[in-house]
Amino acid sequence: MSTPQPPMPQAAPDWQAAAGSAYPTYTSPIPVVRTHLGHAVASEWTKIRSVRSTMWTLGVFVLLVVGIGLLAALVISANASESDLSGENPLSFGFFGLLIGSMCIITLGVLTTASEYGTGMIRTTMTACPSRGRVLTAKAIVFFLVAFVVTLVSASLVALADVAILDGSRQPSGGEWFKATIGVSLYMALLGLLSLVLGSIIRHSAGAITIMIGVLLAPLVIALFMFSSSLEKVREALFEYSIPNQLSVFYSTSLSESGPSGWDPLWIALGVTAVALGCAFALLEKRDV
Amino acid sequence: MIELEGLSKRYGEKVAVSSLTFTVRPGIVTGFLGPNGAGKSTTMRMMLGLDRPTAGDVRIDGRHYADLKDPLKYIGALLDAKAVHGGRSAYNHLLCLAQSNGIPNSRVHEVLDTVGLSAVAKKKAKGFSLGMGQRLGIAGALLGDPRILMFDEPVNGLDPEGIHWIRNLMKSLAAQGRTVFVSSHLMSEMALTAEHLVVIGQGRLLADTSMAEFIRQNSRAYVRIRTPQRERLLDVLHGAGITVVETGSGALEVDAGKPERIGELAAQHQIVLHELSPQQASLEEAFMQLTAESVEYHAHSDTALPHQWGDGWERG
Repeated sequence: MSTPQPPMPQAAPDWQAAAGSAYPTYTSPIPVVRTHLGHAVASEWTKIRSVRSTMWTLGVFVLLVVGIGLLAALVISANASESDLSGENPLSFGFFGLLIGSMCIITLGVLTTASEYGTGMIRTTMTACPSRGRVLTAKAIVFFLVAFVVTLVSASLVALADVAILDGSRQPSGGEWFKATIGVSLYMALLGLLSLVLGSIIRHSAGAITIMIGVLLAPLVIALFMFSSSLEKVREALFEYSIPNQLSVFYSTSLSESGPSGWDPLWIALGVTAVALGCAFALLEKRDV
Repeated sequence: MIELEGLSKRYGEKVAVSSLTFTVRPGIVTGFLGPNGAGKSTTMRMMLGLDRPTAGDVRIDGRHYADLKDPLKYIGALLDAKAVHGGRSAYNHLLCLAQSNGIPNSRVHEVLDTVGLSAVAKKKAKGFSLGMGQRLGIAGALLGDPRILMFDEPVNGLDPEGIHWIRNLMKSLAAQGRTVFVSSHLMSEMALTAEHLVVIGQGRLLADTSMAEFIRQNSRAYVRIRTPQRERLLDVLHGAGITVVETGSGALEVDAGKPERIGELAAQHQIVLHELSPQQASLEEAFMQLTAESVEYHAHSDTALPHQWGDGWERG
């Protein structure tokens, strides 16, 4: 590879002399700026939009949420009679797409932090911004907003389409609209944020994604195979507090009558994510990069 | 200026760096030399606040690294050419660094030009050769036009033209009054660029001296002699008060002796000489002698130590 010589001014003659005398100093023409969180957020935004994995995971996410949501509505409208649908909330058919799509949000969340450890980029990042907490905060803000907006757009699209397609069902209330769009989007973004935080703690992409998928699916699968009646209580709790069931609460179609209801899933997710974030901040300060 | 004071780092039982105290001055290139595994990279990571020292302190222009608000304008570092996300283009990689420090975007084009990567600015870093990766790392270090520059093994993977380029770059940066701190495990490379030398081995400071002083002290001059009349020559030299060292290969070595005087003595006593040559031990040898005790990974062989340290055995 051929390269031009550096266009550095060659001030060679006085460098030998400078060594012995009082220390010369170089003053840069670039103005000094007191950096703040905004700079870190701008930097993280550039990072997240400039890698293909972001486009892929989010593209697949939108495809899954919208595709499955529409498919569910079409299949139901083709097979169900007017009377079957009459009591139904048409928004609830958006659930399936979001459940499968959550894998993409989890993956993107983990990659936002853990991939920097995998590539070594984290050393460059932390050198450029020695305030480690600021880096994690900026990542969390940028990722949360991206995940929230993308989920909101896809979920709203599905909700509008489902209501239009399933015209035999009842009109959902304003509260139901709010929960099925803003509510689930906040929940999904929090789930992704938890993945991001876990990625920062585990520092290993594959490991963190595996754990998050386990958290997502294991309670439900384990509960399915708890046949003993003595475990009835545990089984019920696992069902009720499994992430898929909590997600379905936003469509008021919970597996059971007890357990989380209303906005409970959001508060639970908020609590868990806050605790995890606290651990991640503490570990980040304590560990070497 | 970088000041280290009793800087130490332990990983469990293993001591990586043990109470290093030295100062890196502005205006010159300071070489940081040590065999692989000596603790060079660990020391540099502590300077940049990536690793927390077990004990001691390191200050950049009198301040801790973590207290620098826009650190890229104070100190630019090339730690590891692979510390880049392979899926990101060179331009975007530098852009995100610039943004985090409030550096104008125009600077990104400037440094890409400086390192000769303008043509591949939009290409993904994953397709870069080792040399191009090294240039991208250097571009990142130059981004903030900092007063202090730190390069960890910058010539690794560069072709001869690239090596020549970086030598000149480092010298010109120092000439502008900047502090340049560069690590290497190659003495010969340092002899060409560095004016001051800090040598460590197994985490301990072995030398902190000017390059000229190091060369004067450590390059042993001696005279090598071969003769079929060994015993007679030995007697004659002893008689003249000259200390002789017998080497394994059958040659004799005289430290600090003048070849003229030995030749005259031999002629006087009619001793046949097959060789009489003044020799100078290379800097590489001097460096190996200095660090011999502290080399962590010895290659076990019956021959002498290799004359050059292989690249990339282990992170220095």
